[in-house]
Amino acid sequence: MGKTLAEKILSLKSHGEAKAGDVVIADVDLAFVQDTTGPLTIRQFKESGFEALSKPQQTIIFLDHAAPSPARQLSNDHILLRRFAEETGCRIYEVGDGICHQLVAEKFANPGDIIVGADSHTVTAGALGAFATGMGSSDVAVALALGKTWFRVPENFLIELNGVFPQGVYAKDLILHLIGQIGADGANYKALEFGGEALARMTMSERLTIANMAVEAGAKVGLFPGDEITQDFLVEHGRGDKYKPLYPDTEANYEQVILVNLSQLEPMLSLPHAVDDVCPVTGVKGVKIQQAFIGTCTNGRLEDLAVAAGIIKGKKRHPGTRLLVAPASRQVLIRAIEKGYIQSLIEAGAIILPPGCTACLGLHQGVLGDGEVCLSTANRNFKGRMGNPEAMIYLASPATAAASAIMGEITDPREMM
Amino acid sequence: MPDLVLKGKAIKLGDNISTDDIIPGRFAHLRSNLPELAKHVLEDAMPEFASRVKPGDFLVAGKNLGLGSSREHAPVVIKMSGVGAILAKSAARIFFRNAINQGLPVLLCDTDKISDGDELEINLTGGMIANLTSGVTLNCSKMPPIMSAILKEGGLIPYIQKHKDFKL
Repeated sequence: MGKTLAEKILSLKSHGEAKAGDVVIADVDLAFVQDTTGPLTIRQFKESGFEALSKPQQTIIFLDHAAPSPARQLSNDHILLRRFAEETGCRIYEVGDGICHQLVAEKFANPGDIIVGADSHTVTAGALGAFATGMGSSDVAVALALGKTWFRVPENFLIELNGVFPQGVYAKDLILHLIGQIGADGANYKALEFGGEALARMTMSERLTIANMAVEAGAKVGLFPGDEITQDFLVEHGRGDKYKPLYPDTEANYEQVILVNLSQLEPMLSLPHAVDDVCPVTGVKGVKIQQAFIGTCTNGRLEDLAVAAGIIKGKKRHPGTRLLVAPASRQVLIRAIEKGYIQSLIEAGAIILPPGCTACLGLHQGVLGDGEVCLSTANRNFKGRMGNPEAMIYLASPATAAASAIMGEITDPREMM
Repeated sequence: MPDLVLKGKAIKLGDNISTDDIIPGRFAHLRSNLPELAKHVLEDAMPEFASRVKPGDFLVAGKNLGLGSSREHAPVVIKMSGVGAILAKSAARIFFRNAINQGLPVLLCDTDKISDGDELEINLTGGMIANLTSGVTLNCSKMPPIMSAILKEGGLIPYIQKHKDFKL
């Protein structure tokens, strides 16, 4: 019997044979917290009687969710986290460095790694072939101290991707389509594994967008193989030596196989207030929006800003629509400046937010007013997500967000190309 | 260790109650002040919840309870409200594990058979729920032994304090 990607990684890291349904204890290669889950993690770490980290250089604190801090309590949480980093010698990324998942992809994640983070979108690193999953503060606190954790080995859905995206259709449209098909709990406790001939053309940026939202179908992990595209990305980011090929066995066992022909997709969006309530953009064209938000760990990468800037260059945002843009990391921001994307966006009337989570989670930097509608490139549109339960959030691709910002209403990006 | 037999009233919620519903992100500045944070439990999903809940009550939800963010503050504030156990048709993976790690029992069963205000008696060892109001008995699905062991110790932190390591 062959192994899926998840079974391969968990077998290796648990030093045994891991099959779907087993419970194993596995080594953790990287553990991290961010500023809204980190303080509880640290308190639990100390309450457990732990003093030292198992792997300080493989432990990271990211100050990205309230960055810069909008409130004294959150500033004090940042102080607590910085002190912990000093005491334990773990790594820390400061306010303005970027979103944890983007930085993990740029600097740390490698094929075959196990990564746990006190953040549900830790699944993003599955794009690099890492078994990466979100956990709560208690689990991460124990992983920090022991350098390992327990997992139930997940059953797998194979998502087989074929064909080529039509113009105006992107990885975001694909993952929204898939979540609509699977449902918000359809892959609960499962692994999504991506395969098919389309992977040979799928960039790391696209893979990160797709893996990022695996959790929105309930999945524990969204895994891509380690292939040439992974290798190129690692070489480009100065860690080509960390590459190893990682593929599932041909005889691997999948609970379900879902086939998607990319050529047949169209621009999609999620309707308020559920990520799995998806429909084609054409179905809700003309809905007025007061805010468009391009950024987040889902769609704040250089390629996303390139698409948005390409659509918006030489045009203006609609006077009734604010356009917020948050690059996912400092590196993304620097490159976007070099390439002129930021100039195009600012000239069109965009507000550039600092690299970080910003408006996504409703703490600051773009809280919506009562009855307002936002078209966001983020991964969640739950009621209250952007700080106001009386507001409405649609999720879509950066192209749809840029086109809609210009028109002031939900717009099919293919009309602007 | 939680009591093995729990008795209380059901407070019924619907499907897909997210961790943002349980404790919205806009209250993140209160996460280091849990008593203040807990005042906002389920504020957006059921505004009357905090004033209505009595110690020992059960939070009874539909499918996919706790989807979304990994914030463990969600089960923390539910537990602080006095809820004795959570019942749901299904629970999102991270939330389920977080609740058990907080020593808060989560029982997966057909919650359509429970109405708001029903009087329930739960036998944690047997995984049985008696609906004393309707007379119906419900079976719960079993959790992996390691989760039962963590729950038995009252959560992951007490478990680790005692065992110093995971025991399979």
